[in-house]
Amino acid sequence: MLIELKDIHKTYNKGQPLHVLKGVDLEIGQGEFVSIMGASGSGKSTLLNILGILDNYDEGTYYLDGQLIKYLSEKEAAHYRNKMIGFVFQSFNLISFKTAVENVELPLFYQGVGRKKRREMAMEYLERFGLADWALHYPNEMSGGQKQRVAIARALITQPRILLADEPTGALDSKTSVDVMELLTKLYREEKVTIIVVTHESGVANCTDKIIHIKDGIIGETTLNEQHHASVFGTDTIIK
Amino acid sequence: MKDLFQEIWESIQRNKLRTVLTGFAVAWGIFILIVLLGAGNGLMNAFMRNGDEFASNTMAVYGGYTSKPYEGLQEGRWIELNDRDITLTESAIFSDYVDDVTATTTKGPFVLVLGDRHVSVDVCGCYPKLLEINKIEMLEGRFINPLDMQQKRKSIVLSASHAQQLMNGGDDYPSLIGKSVSWNDNVWQVVGVYKTDESTQRVQDYVPLSTFQLIFNEQNYEDEIIFTFHGLETEQENEQFERNYKAVINKSHKAAPDDDGALWIWNRFTQNQQMNKGSGIIRKALWILGVLTLLGGIVGVSNIMLITVKERTQEFGIRKSIGATPGAIMKLIIAESVTITAFFGYIGMVLGMVACEIMKHTVGESSLDMFGENVQVFVNPTVGLDVAFGVTLVLIIAGTLAGMSPALKAARIRPIEALHDTK
Repeated sequence: MLIELKDIHKTYNKGQPLHVLKGVDLEIGQGEFVSIMGASGSGKSTLLNILGILDNYDEGTYYLDGQLIKYLSEKEAAHYRNKMIGFVFQSFNLISFKTAVENVELPLFYQGVGRKKRREMAMEYLERFGLADWALHYPNEMSGGQKQRVAIARALITQPRILLADEPTGALDSKTSVDVMELLTKLYREEKVTIIVVTHESGVANCTDKIIHIKDGIIGETTLNEQHHASVFGTDTIIK
Repeated sequence: MKDLFQEIWESIQRNKLRTVLTGFAVAWGIFILIVLLGAGNGLMNAFMRNGDEFASNTMAVYGGYTSKPYEGLQEGRWIELNDRDITLTESAIFSDYVDDVTATTTKGPFVLVLGDRHVSVDVCGCYPKLLEINKIEMLEGRFINPLDMQQKRKSIVLSASHAQQLMNGGDDYPSLIGKSVSWNDNVWQVVGVYKTDESTQRVQDYVPLSTFQLIFNEQNYEDEIIFTFHGLETEQENEQFERNYKAVINKSHKAAPDDDGALWIWNRFTQNQQMNKGSGIIRKALWILGVLTLLGGIVGVSNIMLITVKERTQEFGIRKSIGATPGAIMKLIIAESVTITAFFGYIGMVLGMVACEIMKHTVGESSLDMFGENVQVFVNPTVGLDVAFGVTLVLIIAGTLAGMSPALKAARIRPIEALHDTK
C-alpha cells in the first residue's frame, strides 16, 4: 500500500482541547483515485494535513511508501513534501508576484534543479495543460480555472507519489469545476497518478473511484464508485 | 545565487519607498562613521607629522635643578651639561644601547645681514650628527661637517625661510652658497640651505658647536645632549635605562644618583609609544561612536524585515508546502537584509569618502598658531582601504544580525497556519 494509517489520533490544544481525529485507519494503494468526504468539522482537513506532512499527529503510525512519517525534523518534512507530495489548494495558493511559469518551477528550485532545466520542464507542463500562452502572466491576470491548472502543474512537476487536493473546486464555478475534475480524472487514467481529493461536494466526490466518508474524527463507510453513480444528481454534474 | 538575488529584487521592488527610507538610516550611519574616522585620521596625521621630524629612537637630555642635598651641597643647584657628560654618554657604560651622541646650544635672536637685507634668527651650535638625528633635509649645499668642528670654522647652514628673506623672497638657493652673511661683527660663510618645517620648532640656523662655544666663551657648555639608542623595547627597559643614565650623570655633577630634578630626559621613543596608544584609543572611540549611530539604521532594517515576514507569512507557508526547508527561508530573509544593509551602507560609505575628500581640499592642511608656533591641526583627513574593508565587514555582520530575528520568525512559520492565513 502507498499510504497506511493506523489508529491516528490528533488533538488540538488551543484553549479547550479538541480531539479531532479519534483513531483513523486508512489504506490507499498506488494509482487510486480517492475522495475523502465529510461535513465541516469532521476532521477531513486535519487528515489531509497529516497525509501531506503539513501537520503532525499524536498517536498511531503513518507509512508513506513504506517510510514511517513520524518525528520528522522540519527539514526532513520539507524534503518529503517536495519529493513525494503535490498539493492543490482551494484558494490556489500561487505566489502572486511570480509569473505562472515561475510558480510552476518553484518546487524544482527547492530540489536544486538548474535554471534552464527548470524553465524547460515548467513550460512543458504548462503546455500540457494548455497554458503555454499564459506562462508569463501573473496569477491576478488569470481566471480561477487557469490558476487551478497552474497549481496542478506546480504540484505535478516533481512527479510526486500522491497528489493531495483540498477542495480543489471550492473557489470555482460549476463549469470550471467540471473541467478541473476532468483534468484530474485524465491524470489518473492516463498517467496513473495517485490522487486524493478532500471535498464536501458530492458531485466532486462522485468523479472519484472510491469515496471515504469521515465523520466525527473516524472513518465511516467506504463506497466503491467505479461506475460514478454515487451522486444523486447523476454522473459528471457538479451542482453548486 | 542569481535566483537568490532575483527573489530579493522582486521583494524590494514591491516596497521601494519603504526600503529606501530604511536604507537611508543605514547610509546615514555609515556616512557618519566614515566622516568621523576621516576627521580623526586628519587630527592624528597632523599629530604624527608634528612629531615625525625626529628620529623616533632618540633621547634629549637637559639640565635642571637638584631637588635634594647631596655630599654637602644644597638642593636647588642648577646643573649645566658639559663635554664630560657627552663623553660619559658615549662611554662604555651605555655602549650597549647608545649609538650616536650629539649636543646643541641655541641662542638668539640675532640679526643676520646680507647686503641690504637682514633677518632675525636663532642660531644653534651643533655637531654634524644632528643632520641624521633630527632628520634635517638639505635643499642645497651641505650640513656642518667634522672639519668645521675641528677648525672651528664660521660656517652656517640657513633655513630655507631665512634664505628666502635674505634673497628678497627668491629661492635661488645655489647662488647663496659661498656668500658671506654677518651678525654683529662676525662674518659667516653659507655652506648649505635646509628645508624649513614650519609646523614645529623654532626655526634656527646651524653653526658648528665648537665655533659657537668659542664666540660666546662657553667652552664646555651645552643646552642639550641628544643621542640615538637601540635595544630598549619596553617601557620598563626605557625607565630602567633612564634611571641608570641619570644616576651616572648626576654623580658627575655631585647630585644624588636618585635625584629626579637634576636632569630632564625627553624620550621620543616612549613618547611615540604613548602617542600611538592614545591615537589607538581615539580611533576605537570613533569606531564605537560610528557603530552606535549605525545601530539606529540596523534596528530600522530589522524592523522592516519583521514587517516583511509578517506580510509574506502566507507566501512562506506556500513555499514550505512545496518543499522549502526552514534554512532556505532563513537564507532568503538574511540575504535580503544583508543586501539592503550593504547596498545603502556602500552609498553612505561613498558619500562619506566624498565628504572626506571635500574636507581634505578645504580644511585639509589647516594649521593654528599656538604659543608662537605654527601647529598643523588637520592633515589628509581621509580613510584608507583598511577602513573600507572594516566597514564592509561591519555591514555584513550588521545585516545578518538585523535579519536574524525576522529570519528565525519566518523559519518557524508552520505551513498549515500560513495557508489558513487568508487575507
